[in-house]
Amino acid sequence: MMIKQLSLFVENRPGALSAVCQVLKNNRINIRTLSLADTQQFGILRLLVKEYEKAKEALEAAGLVVKVTDVLALTVPDHPGGLADILTIFDKHKLSVEYMYAFTFGREDKSVMVFRFEHPEQAVELLKNEPIELVNSADLFR
Amino acid sequence: MSQFVIPNRIFDPAAECMPRADRTKLQATHLRRTIEQAQKIPFYRRKFAEKNISPDSVKTVADLKRLPFTTKQDLRDAYPFGFFAVPRGELARIHASSGTTGKPTFVGYTKKDMKLWADLCARFLVAGGLTSDQLVQVSFGYGLFTGGFGLHGGIERVGAAVLPASSGNTQRQIMLLKDAGINTLICTPSYALNLAETIQGQGLKKGDLALRFAHFGGEPWTEEMRCAIEEELGIHAFNNYGLSEIIGPGVAGECAARTGMHIQEDNFLVECLNPNTLEPVAEGEEGELVITSLTKEACPIIRYRTRDLARLYYDQCPCGRTTIRMSRVKGRSDDMMIIRGVNVFPTQIEEALLRVDGTAPHFMIELTRPGNLDEAVVKVEIREQDFSDKMEEMHRLRDRIGREISSITGIHFTIELVEPNTLERFTGKAKRVLDLRNLKC
Repeated sequence: MMIKQLSLFVENRPGALSAVCQVLKNNRINIRTLSLADTQQFGILRLLVKEYEKAKEALEAAGLVVKVTDVLALTVPDHPGGLADILTIFDKHKLSVEYMYAFTFGREDKSVMVFRFEHPEQAVELLKNEPIELVNSADLFR
Repeated sequence: MSQFVIPNRIFDPAAECMPRADRTKLQATHLRRTIEQAQKIPFYRRKFAEKNISPDSVKTVADLKRLPFTTKQDLRDAYPFGFFAVPRGELARIHASSGTTGKPTFVGYTKKDMKLWADLCARFLVAGGLTSDQLVQVSFGYGLFTGGFGLHGGIERVGAAVLPASSGNTQRQIMLLKDAGINTLICTPSYALNLAETIQGQGLKKGDLALRFAHFGGEPWTEEMRCAIEEELGIHAFNNYGLSEIIGPGVAGECAARTGMHIQEDNFLVECLNPNTLEPVAEGEEGELVITSLTKEACPIIRYRTRDLARLYYDQCPCGRTTIRMSRVKGRSDDMMIIRGVNVFPTQIEEALLRVDGTAPHFMIELTRPGNLDEAVVKVEIREQDFSDKMEEMHRLRDRIGREISSITGIHFTIELVEPNTLERFTGKAKRVLDLRNLKC
């Protein structure tokens, strides 16, 4: 159920982000989705790619600091209240979201969102009897 | 036009205008006494024994070259009080200067040392226009730093009134200057520029202030800065020199002729040496100042390597003082930085980073002066073990580095986290400082 996400430290300066993308391009690695948390001086780039191990190796070879983080991908109904209902379930289990971001593609009437919890395994356990659809990596990167 | 910018006054003519031959004899006597006093310090006892030096073996000032050097590291190794030659009960004051790492270097003063210190500060203050009817604002920090209390003592010695404003809070400083009708200002030259600019920004005119004189020290400055400060504030600004390891302010100071800073030679022997060979440089050439105290009791110091680079002038000054003079400090023969008047060593930054996480990452210090005040940035390369996917933890790391650096150096540094391998690498000795402040004289 766990999705492996790559997290990178990037400076907030012209060219920093394009250097990362260039490495992925040279290694023919496709970005499925990404999010960037930024501050005035630096940012944390979070990437979902199919061949994460190969990507990590290539990025590290290029001198970047990369971490692999477990995240969960959930389908979220694409209508008003879709995300609100899911967050209500999280609240019920006292699961707090560290960060989240959306996929650039949807699945029919649903969109897919990525959630980072402090204890992802525990989150899977708590959510397994809830009306929530987890997406596995085989499906995500098909 | 007079050759003096202000009336030429001398605080202690007998000492300051003593014929040179007489002074040289006096120095030899003092030097013997200093050796005697220094023998109470284990470091010197050992060094003197190695070199077969006793007070009696020192006949003239020329014997100075046989004496051992003292370095900052030697002082540090003897932390806290290994360089004190008197029992605790005889101490009247303790100050400290920043060490090369976390620990400071202590300096002590007996009651007699305190009187000497006040006299020495009085000499340069009077040379630079101070009279007993003036009101003086001291905007140096009052604390372990020798600047605040040192000048304070000198002003009292002259009989003028002190307003001990201490450092910081520019608006309040200006209010005091104006409302109290301050005549003389004591601070760092960069802070004076900042005050001048703020005063102009408030639409105050030169005539709104009673300010006429300023005495600057604590950091290197340039003739251009003097012109700017004098013009903007309508004052006469004088340079003085000193360092805590020797006594604090009072080692040397300018007179009304402004031909360099008169060294208080009856109390200090100053050599100018090539920092690599430790041989004297030719007269008038730049070298490292090496200073021996002649009259101090608590902390006599022999041939202290100041690491300050300057020139010595031996010709007679028109003011009538017979002492030799030193130029502005042109630089350092080590990597010490002076940031907003505070001495900082790159090793202190390294020490702070070690405290954060066992091994220090690669770092670089960048100094700029966007307005008139120094900006200090430490760029720290992020390593895998430091990196967290959580922004909150990255901020915590950055803030912790900032706190550790500030607790060791006493000043605020902006911390920038940067990608690995982006800071310049050096072969041989690491060059950790990029100084873009443009302070070359």
